[in-house]
Amino acid sequence: MADSPSNPARRRFLTGAATAVGAVGVGFAAVPFLSSFQPSAKAQAAGAPVDVNIGKLSPGQMTTVAWRGKPVYVVHRTERMLEILPRMNDRLRDPDSSVASQQPAFATNIYRARQTHERFLVIVGICTHLGCAPTYRPEVAPEDLGEDWLGGFFCPCHGSKFDMSGRVYKGVPAPTNLEVPPYVYVSGDLIRVGGTEEDAA
Amino acid sequence: MIKGLGKWVDDRLPVSHFWNAHLAKYYVPHNFNFWYYFGSLLLVVFVLQIVTGIWLTMSYKPSAENAFASVEYIMRDVEWGWLLRYMHSTGASFFFIAVYLHIFRGMMYGSYKKPRELIWIFGVLILLVLMAEAFMGYLLPWGQMSFWGAQVIISLFSSVPVIGPDLALWIRGDYVISDVTLNRFFALHVIALPLVLLFLIGGHIMALHEVGSNNPDGVEIKEHKDSSGKPVDGIPFHPYYTVKDLFGLGVFMFIFAAVLFYWPDGGGLFLEHPNFTPANPLQTPEHIAPVWYFAPHYAILRAVPDKFFGVLAMTLAILILFVLPWIDRNRTRSIRYRSTAFKVNLFAFAAAFIGLGYLGTQAPTALGTLASQLLSAVYFGFFVAVFFISRRERTQPVPERLQ
Repeated sequence: MADSPSNPARRRFLTGAATAVGAVGVGFAAVPFLSSFQPSAKAQAAGAPVDVNIGKLSPGQMTTVAWRGKPVYVVHRTERMLEILPRMNDRLRDPDSSVASQQPAFATNIYRARQTHERFLVIVGICTHLGCAPTYRPEVAPEDLGEDWLGGFFCPCHGSKFDMSGRVYKGVPAPTNLEVPPYVYVSGDLIRVGGTEEDAA
Repeated sequence: MIKGLGKWVDDRLPVSHFWNAHLAKYYVPHNFNFWYYFGSLLLVVFVLQIVTGIWLTMSYKPSAENAFASVEYIMRDVEWGWLLRYMHSTGASFFFIAVYLHIFRGMMYGSYKKPRELIWIFGVLILLVLMAEAFMGYLLPWGQMSFWGAQVIISLFSSVPVIGPDLALWIRGDYVISDVTLNRFFALHVIALPLVLLFLIGGHIMALHEVGSNNPDGVEIKEHKDSSGKPVDGIPFHPYYTVKDLFGLGVFMFIFAAVLFYWPDGGGLFLEHPNFTPANPLQTPEHIAPVWYFAPHYAILRAVPDKFFGVLAMTLAILILFVLPWIDRNRTRSIRYRSTAFKVNLFAFAAAFIGLGYLGTQAPTALGTLASQLLSAVYFGFFVAVFFISRRERTQPVPERLQ
């Protein structure tokens, strides 16, 4: 055999074509490996709604339930807490809840709750910064949070602050308000987190 | 008989060639000091982690339901299980102590400079993979810190524009950290990343042995060879440095054993106290801090009051190391012959790194955030300053030969 191929252009083409086809094959073969990292069918199915009875929740109290593995906070706000909400505007990044992904349409108000039960706040207790569970700090002007604190949620991880409607403060690492999950009132005292309008009373 | 067998093997496998090329006839500068212990120590710690890790997998159960209990089982019921586990957890911290000192050595003596850029790049890659390895290993005990630490770090990926949330979902394999996440981190921690590390370490050492070691004087010993082609300022690695490194290993073992037996939790730094509580997805611990070796980067993350830019700064803090060989434009390697400005800059960098490490373990306060911002500026300022200092730096004359 000669040292150089008799038709170098043809050989180069064949080598290039084989490499290209091989690369496409590798690409297709990678799909199952990468896709297997996606949530499995089982994980996707585990999203059943959760019922919360708010009948025994006294004003100022909070209860936590797990919905889709996430903590969901249900807070019975006092009159005083509700009175403070309209006065918070200039301290908040998004006082009007304009980021649509953070609440269902029914909660685009200062209470970030259903208009029929504005005292009850239902939010996902996962900080929009890096996913810690913010702590419920209803007291006014506690020592560690300073005199300006009017009650709300404080994330211990990176110091993000949210008001009593889960609206984010300015100048904290969290970019958006806490998420309001979809929920409905099945009856006067029973909230169904993750429920649709069909479940409503 | 033995000799015959040796020759039989050697004719079929290049054993003696390998021995000579990398040990008995591998010439290294004769002036290595204290800072040169850490390379070989890291190799020993790597092997220690592999061996203890294999033993731990024999009793550990990678499921959300059983993981925490199986670690307690290892600690209480498995024969010598507590020792194996403490060796592994203490080993992780010592791995990072040695890695950080090893990196600092490289920065002091200019070991990243031409022709050793690729060794440096392999080194930074090893650091990155080691961080991933440590992070995934930390989830496995399934304690409160395991869970919430992983929650925070995986959420970092969600700040990537456009694909972020899907990326975080893809990494978790579930909508929250769950059994699925734990199981895949186990797979990556015990098999995938150790293999990657093994290859990277191989590349690091191969590249090193191709160009030869730098030294505290930053003088190239290959430029002065005797008639037989050996560097006149070089000595064979074996027996000279094998013996030296064995001595260093002895001292290291003393310290390691002292921590292992008397202080295995490192005062809450090596094993964080909230991690002795099983993971609870509904409640974050009051104060959440990373293990000490991630604390400097964590402090940088917290210093920036914006999610995306915080993550960017933290990522950049590591990635910027890749380009150090090109940022530093001065050809003088060793700090011994560089300007005062460079020395001040480097020690300010080291001090900022330690300061950030302290701040990263503390709860967020207004003053702490301010200090973190200041020290982050010093950290990144190092690279900016090096770029400008090194352009027209007044260095002292570098000797022709080792002193």
